[in-house]
Amino acid sequence: MSTGVIGFRRPRLDRLKAGATGNLARAIGGNRKALVGLIVLAIFVLLALFPGVLAHDNPNAEIYKRSAGPSAAHLFGTTSYGQDIFSQWVFGTRESLVIAVVAGGLATVLSVIIGVSAAYRGGFADGVLSLFTDVFLVIPAFPLVVIIAAYSKNGGNTILIAVLVVTGWSYGARQLRSQALSLRSRDFLVAARVRGERTWRIIVFEILPTMTSLIVANFLGAAVYAVLAAAGLQFIGLGNPDSMSWGTMLFWAENNEALQAGSPLWAIAPGIGIALLGGAFSLLNYAFDEIANPALRPVRQARRERG
Amino acid sequence: MADAILDVREISVDYLTRGSPARAVDHVSFELRPGEFLGIVGESGCGKSTLLFAIAQLLSPPAQITGGEVIFKGTNMVELREKALRAIRWRDYSVVMQSAMNALNPVKTIGAQYADAMRAHQKISKDAILERSREVFALVGIDPVHLRSFPHQLSGGMRQRAMIAMALLFSPDLIVMDEPTSALDVVAQRALMVQIKELQRELGFAIIFVTHDMSLVSHFSDRLAVMYAGRFAELGPTREVFASPMHPYTVGLFDAFPSVNGPKVYIGGIPGAPPDLAALPGGCSFAPRCPRAMALCTGGEPEFYQVAERRVRCFRHGPEGGDGD
Amino acid sequence: MKYVLRRLGFFVVTLWACLTINFLLPRLMPGNPAIAMMARFHGRVNGTVLKALEIAFGVNSSQSEISQYFGYLKNTLTGNFGVSLTFFPETVTQVVRSAILWTLGLVGVTTVLAFALGTLIGMVSGWRRGGKLDSLLPPIFVITSAFPYFFVALISLLLFSITWHWFPSGFGYNNTDTIAFNWAFISDVLWHAVLPALTILVTSIGGWILTMRNNMITTLAEDYIRMARAKGLSPLRVMFDYAGRNAILPNLTGFGMSLGFVVSGAILVEYVFSYPGLGYMLLDGVQNEDFALMQTLFLLITVAVLVAILAVDFVTLALDPRTRTES
Repeated sequence: MSTGVIGFRRPRLDRLKAGATGNLARAIGGNRKALVGLIVLAIFVLLALFPGVLAHDNPNAEIYKRSAGPSAAHLFGTTSYGQDIFSQWVFGTRESLVIAVVAGGLATVLSVIIGVSAAYRGGFADGVLSLFTDVFLVIPAFPLVVIIAAYSKNGGNTILIAVLVVTGWSYGARQLRSQALSLRSRDFLVAARVRGERTWRIIVFEILPTMTSLIVANFLGAAVYAVLAAAGLQFIGLGNPDSMSWGTMLFWAENNEALQAGSPLWAIAPGIGIALLGGAFSLLNYAFDEIANPALRPVRQARRERG
Repeated sequence: MADAILDVREISVDYLTRGSPARAVDHVSFELRPGEFLGIVGESGCGKSTLLFAIAQLLSPPAQITGGEVIFKGTNMVELREKALRAIRWRDYSVVMQSAMNALNPVKTIGAQYADAMRAHQKISKDAILERSREVFALVGIDPVHLRSFPHQLSGGMRQRAMIAMALLFSPDLIVMDEPTSALDVVAQRALMVQIKELQRELGFAIIFVTHDMSLVSHFSDRLAVMYAGRFAELGPTREVFASPMHPYTVGLFDAFPSVNGPKVYIGGIPGAPPDLAALPGGCSFAPRCPRAMALCTGGEPEFYQVAERRVRCFRHGPEGGDGD
Repeated sequence: MKYVLRRLGFFVVTLWACLTINFLLPRLMPGNPAIAMMARFHGRVNGTVLKALEIAFGVNSSQSEISQYFGYLKNTLTGNFGVSLTFFPETVTQVVRSAILWTLGLVGVTTVLAFALGTLIGMVSGWRRGGKLDSLLPPIFVITSAFPYFFVALISLLLFSITWHWFPSGFGYNNTDTIAFNWAFISDVLWHAVLPALTILVTSIGGWILTMRNNMITTLAEDYIRMARAKGLSPLRVMFDYAGRNAILPNLTGFGMSLGFVVSGAILVEYVFSYPGLGYMLLDGVQNEDFALMQTLFLLITVAVLVAILAVDFVTLALDPRTRTES
């Protein structure tokens, strides 16, 4: 290993990363909202990984009594096709979670690339990228998503995720760009440039670690968007109706007039699932806001001593 | 002091953080005569701005006054309810801050902000407001057309003067100033100081002037206080403190300034760094960095000893220490 | 002035982007899905309209792609949007005209109301940090703003309409009524609008409250707030005139940015309540593969958002003197 600049930078990066993760962990632990969000998320992850533990029935099997109410055998009742709703709900966790994480993650990656590049390049490139970002930001995502999905009717989840990423990256790109801009003129970056560091190295090793908390916050926001938008699309039938996810559950429930027919849990259970998952990401996001901006943290008052 | 306009007694301010509170101001006491110019100097973080805002009752969480009294014209302001406090604010004492760009509301015109202040204290006609605004503008030498300007439309020096003019609206008895010259260039700094001094002579208000720039304030102040780690290290007539500093910290501070036309001398700094206010060392807080520390210094805290016209918080100048050599 | 020109320029660029997306999409999808749609039109529609559709979707057209593009632009900008499959033989223009008022009334009014209320509550909440309002509302709204719009719509439909029969279960008005400008009709309209409006209000207000609250807290740390206190101004004046007026500025920009979200949610709300607005038409069009209608609605919705953003920009211009002098 050469003892040049690379050797020099390693310890600093490690320290930065360790410091950042250590601080992060401590900060999350100390924040009530973050803890709640994290616990809910953990529960969902467990359900997604091991659905068979909790739900014993095959979610697709249409063998039970139709439209039954909740009972000991069927916690949430059955659908009008005779399927166990609880099983569907548990098995549906996986797909909803995967869509949220993958779409959210990819959108964040895109945001980082475009936002930070725009800020770092500056000038004309920045102007073009910013305009591009702003246009995509302003165009209402859902109508666009609906149209794209309508044109590609039977694309399944891949198209769904692609469409979510295409419409979800712009908000983050804007935020990341403005933070990167403020960092751009900081001394440690000027020093890196003077050292002769190549652009991408500066971006990856100097700028990004400093922006970790904003990137994570962006991911959480993108995940919320993905959860809600995916559910919305599946609800109106633009997803893959044969897949097992909460959105498609809602679709079938609506198609069979579950609310009016007296098996409302068919619609309510997945709805609550979506709300809880989105809510968990949202809470974490809110907590991150507080962690990143100390001014927003709860304030203590104290008593005065006499004399 | 019988005719003191301000009597600060044992005022303490704590910053209530997650861990143990940090004491930014520790039992500070002093008095101020009408029309007197008191300068408070010290390093960043010594607590001088906190002290200033504590006196002006302008602290915000997590800072809180945790002890002492501030007796201004006979009333203890610390005990006053917000409503009573609001009545005397700006009328009897006013505030000048470091950056006018930050201290003025960016979305309102200068004139509108003046009007706000005046209307908050009395029923006053638009004409009277206009007249008084022009008067104070004239005092600091700004064209009255700028009453309709927004803060970002003025130059830095003009903004600062506009802020000072605002402080003069009610001809208060006391104006506290928190580093009003720090944001300006050297030439503008001096011009502003000269103007402040002239205004003081004309209108007779007292000034408490906080700054880290010792040389600047020592040309204009009557008395000088040197602050360290939340306490006054030395307090006395400016000329005396300047000519013969007593506290080793003061000595160190003055030594750090090069003289423009004197012979080339070795510039000494003060080794070490100011202490962590949440974990002060036992004994004299300056002892770890003091070139003249004795065994006594780490044992207990020195009092603010009176030496002729001055007060010094140093064992060397107390009854137990040697005599300042 | 430069500011105004820049915003108008952005408007035009975004509009152009929309039109181009509309043009490209059917051509990018494998096996141009519009072909199937066009087949259903054949023989039922007159010459010019058919031509316009062919140009828009690149089906059967003998022209080159480029001239198709310009043809499409010209048609759209002159209002020739084609014919709707769902509401055949009505033109898209006719369909849209009836839907636009419903959406403006419901979504437009509710969004502005949510913004105004949310900003006010957020301002007070941020002002009284740690007070009763502040400790109660923000956590509640963090959670409610994560609820999908259509879920809240479904729940309120279930509760207030199906179970308790307080409100009707859908549509803009009772089909048995005649459309007239009298109180009977208007009150019926309002009655039908309550649930959808409440849904939109409840789900969108959370975001406004939270951002305004956080903006307030950041603004309150500024020196000019301390100065305002020092001048002895009443707390009400400091909260409104000094803190509020500054804290709202970033919120206004945020309003424009998040209009996209609100519109999305509103579309689903219209769907759940069968409310005859633009969103409902859009989804109806999707079920019927009525691409001409869908395209135009997409365009219209985008234009509506752009106009709203432009309006917000002008409000910002009025409120923030720093934007007027761009030196």
